[in-house]
Amino acid sequence: MTLPVKTESPSLVDTSTIPGWGVDADPRNDPTYPMRDQTQDHGLTRHWDRPPIQHPDVEILQSIEHIRQPAVVGTSTPPSGLSGVLRRTAFRWSESNWIHWLMLMGADRINVVEGVVADLAHARLPNIPGEMGIRSELAYNKRGFTKKVAVVAGVSLAISLLARGRRARKREDGTQG
Amino acid sequence: MLAMDYRGPYRVRLSEKPMPKILHPRDAIVRVTRSCICGSDLHLYHGMVPDTRVGMTFGHEFCGIVEEVGPEVENLKAGDHVLVPFNIACGQCHFCKQGLFGNCHESNAQATAVGGIYGYSHTAGGYDGGQAEYVRVPYADVGPTLIPDWMDPDDAVLLTDVVPTGYQAAEMGGIQKGDTVVVFGAGPVGLMAARAAWLFGAGRVIVFDHIDYRLEFARTFGPAEVYNFKEVDDVVVFLKKTTDGLGVDVAIDAVGGDAKGNFLQTLFGTKLKLEAGNAIALHWAINSVKKGGIVSVVGVYGPTGNMVPMGNVVNKGITIRANQASVKRLLPRLIEHVRAGHINPKAMITHKVPLADVADAYHIFAAKLDGCIKPVLVPNGG
Repeated sequence: MTLPVKTESPSLVDTSTIPGWGVDADPRNDPTYPMRDQTQDHGLTRHWDRPPIQHPDVEILQSIEHIRQPAVVGTSTPPSGLSGVLRRTAFRWSESNWIHWLMLMGADRINVVEGVVADLAHARLPNIPGEMGIRSELAYNKRGFTKKVAVVAGVSLAISLLARGRRARKREDGTQG
Repeated sequence: MLAMDYRGPYRVRLSEKPMPKILHPRDAIVRVTRSCICGSDLHLYHGMVPDTRVGMTFGHEFCGIVEEVGPEVENLKAGDHVLVPFNIACGQCHFCKQGLFGNCHESNAQATAVGGIYGYSHTAGGYDGGQAEYVRVPYADVGPTLIPDWMDPDDAVLLTDVVPTGYQAAEMGGIQKGDTVVVFGAGPVGLMAARAAWLFGAGRVIVFDHIDYRLEFARTFGPAEVYNFKEVDDVVVFLKKTTDGLGVDVAIDAVGGDAKGNFLQTLFGTKLKLEAGNAIALHWAINSVKKGGIVSVVGVYGPTGNMVPMGNVVNKGITIRANQASVKRLLPRLIEHVRAGHINPKAMITHKVPLADVADAYHIFAAKLDGCIKPVLVPNGG
């Protein structure tokens, strides 16, 4: 089987000029088979018959590693608000750049606050314990739940006592001064 | 329609959302009858995957009934019962042509490293998923597969991800007859990888986890030798000792970035998110496999980077193989295996939960309560 050249380049080297080109090629030496099937000639080049192109009516952010919009795109939850600004900025960098992902993670956290604000704006108080599955926690993990409550209560008490002590000391210092 | 609605890390609820529409001539709308929560959904639930937006509906393991098809879908019609592979694949791009349906180049605008996946953040394309009453299914003429009349829908829904992912983990391991295989992770994918290892001729299958009830399940479902890594001083030394000092032939990472164990990996990967998750399972896999052995990775990691002993990969001459499962490629063989009784996927289902209780289902699965192995959401009238 002869595989076609899979990419095109103005400086493509003519393989017939290379002594010994392909003499050790062995289709069985392919650890990717059968995950990647190269045993048939699929006519693989960078061109293929593209599916019809979807024209989304919402904003789609696109990786700069793409040379064109993929034929089909997801239209869930388009970018919006401050998190959207951050997401748009993040897409100036490629997927191989850490800043791209860190900015998206940051946008995700801001988006959580935006979600709560949006709920309140629609006169909806989010049932956060319910959203976190408190019913199942009480049903199957009473002991764990009690422990968590005790730890939170203990830490809160310690912090408030510490703060109260500090305020009292400040007042004393003020009177003495 | 009603759909799962992500509100932030550890927070999901059921919300009323608009009905999905046909947006492309090769789309279909499917009424969901079963939808699993996948272990990889927990990466989203825990806020570990970048570009997971509030308001998104998760769910990439689902089956249902075709409601409507776009004008270019000729192999499906309304009323067909289908299982829908988690990969959104065009079937004609450079990668799909080679059977790499998990790496389609025509389904994910936001990233090139991964193809489109239903309900798996915008990093996987920004498609709403199947934890809903209805879902939009792009390229419906490629992925969705008719459920045979004889097949239980509980088996069918597990063929959309868990079974092929576990099976491909074993396949990528290049297991030879008699090989010793270690599987890290006794979640549904790890369980299926252990089961599939036998189909490829393994001579010995070992499973590691830290959840005792899951290990007990693996002992009979695999069947496998099972060990709790918290009760072992050093996992790698343990595996070397039990393989005459050589190491295992094949090591499978069926955990990914949500791993437990190892203080530094937890600190940097899970807590500070400076890594793409806790990579201790992959670390153990690399160090416990024998020289010249194969490490197969199906555990999901984030897109940034992880601390793994790359020097040992080179020095030991290890082959690492990894990918998202190519479900469509594997389905014909897996359907045969279910029919022949070689695998019994539905045995893993421990919880069937109404879609209305989605928040509790996530918490039960994430916190590993009530002996949960695999929860399935059932929309009303499913």
